[in-house]
Amino acid sequence: MIERLLRDLAPQVLGAVVRRHGDFTAAEDAVQEALIAAAEQWPREGTPANPRGWLIQVARRRLIDYARSDISRRQREAAVAGDAPLVVVPETDGEPMIDPDDTLVLLFMCCHPALTATSAIALTLRAVGGLTTAEIAKAFLVPESTIGQRISRAKQSIKASGVAFRLPDADERAQRLSSVLHVLYLIFNEGYTASSGDELRRPDLSNEAIRLTRAVYTQLPHQGDVAGLLALMLLTDARRAARTGAHGELIPLDEQNRALWDRQAIAEGVALAGAALSLGAVGEYQLQAAIAAIHDEAARADETDWPQILALYDLLKRMTDNPMVALNHAIATAMVNGPNAGLALLEPLAGDERLRGHHRLDAVRAHLLERAGDRAAAVDLYLEAASKTTSLPERNYLLMKAARVREAT
Amino acid sequence: MKYMLIMNAPRDGYTQYMNWPKKILEANAAFMQAFTRKLSDAGELVGTWGLASPQQATRVRAGKDGKPITDGVFPESKEFLAGFWLVDVDGRERALQIAAEASTAPGAPVTAADGTPIEHLWIEVREVMGSQADMK
Repeated sequence: MIERLLRDLAPQVLGAVVRRHGDFTAAEDAVQEALIAAAEQWPREGTPANPRGWLIQVARRRLIDYARSDISRRQREAAVAGDAPLVVVPETDGEPMIDPDDTLVLLFMCCHPALTATSAIALTLRAVGGLTTAEIAKAFLVPESTIGQRISRAKQSIKASGVAFRLPDADERAQRLSSVLHVLYLIFNEGYTASSGDELRRPDLSNEAIRLTRAVYTQLPHQGDVAGLLALMLLTDARRAARTGAHGELIPLDEQNRALWDRQAIAEGVALAGAALSLGAVGEYQLQAAIAAIHDEAARADETDWPQILALYDLLKRMTDNPMVALNHAIATAMVNGPNAGLALLEPLAGDERLRGHHRLDAVRAHLLERAGDRAAAVDLYLEAASKTTSLPERNYLLMKAARVREAT
Repeated sequence: MKYMLIMNAPRDGYTQYMNWPKKILEANAAFMQAFTRKLSDAGELVGTWGLASPQQATRVRAGKDGKPITDGVFPESKEFLAGFWLVDVDGRERALQIAAEASTAPGAPVTAADGTPIEHLWIEVREVMGSQADMK
């Protein structure tokens, strides 16, 4: 699998080239060109004996080409301006050092808080994930030039902010790591909620996010939030095959065919989630992973340990004022103490600015009203939620729910 | 040549669609998915997008200070853009064929603004002007 090999090598090669040449922006372009050249040549001519060395060589040659054309341009300008011409620095050879921390250093760089999320995502996928601009564009269903633009703007921001190519200092490490994890989480979610009819041809962003998070975990195995995020991704992704029906329709957790769940991913996720809870301070990813683990461990929906899930949401709610957590907490409350208890918790959320125009509050209220037996109100709210969602499968699902309740009346 | 196939829905059609019976919703979703896959497999699909409910629509223009002035729901609109396909085909004839097929998507009888029932929605076919990339 050449593609897989290239993706694994990408951050190592980029790390080595940046280490030697210093200029991240140019090095990243050069490595991208080397990867594209490899993807073209290797299938035809065979994979070289030392693939990493090959890529580093080609990337370096590209860098020299850039430097030469840059210098000749500057010399032309200098000749006009009357300045002294610049001198070419000769290239030294030899296999550069590979530092296992490079993937991590690159991630810290690409997910720098100075970047917008969209830029950080594109740059991370290219520089660390080894995806081509074209593949990233396909994954996000936008033109290639748009992704190219996002990447070059991201690199400009990195240059402007003067981030050095090394691990962040201990005092800012935690905050920078949380930016990295957030970007990986966003990549995972983008893949997980991808819903275009063309999805078969899209690169799999969820797998990519899992692969990158795993790489971080390998480097930082004692960091609870990293283990928690990896566990959360594995436990969520394990349900993928059961999550949509034959026509791409969404199937909610309690109606999924659990035989389709990926047992191996669940076993790994559950073990990781358990370990993550014992690693230092417990954060949101650990708790979300623990909740996902409880869902995944139930052989049937009605065997779900809701009291334990509720206890975890109690903890989570104290940790964050994210209204989505409050919504899930209300659902767990309803599962333990009945729909009216859940509905009561939803009332104060009606005035929450952050949920205004969002479909999720209406959808949850509809669901709880349905369970409480108020079918007419449930139908209205399902329709209200359907008119607010911006996801087509979600809209179909909500309309279907409304139709089902209406037709059962 | 690229064509945009535009599906407009009458305003009332939207409300009707929201209240379709389960069977028709299912048939419609299955049709749309199969149709998209077929176009994609034929190498003719550039993209297809459905739009969120018109309830979410906003009109915007710049005010004197350049800041956006927005306008909400449009009671006067008789029709809304519901979604579109962008296809890349050999010619206009093929675009019309695809549009005709798109119009056969199952749905409950939809009524026009004047009350007459519509069997199939009209699909508007517009050629996309060549971009520089197409011309080189």
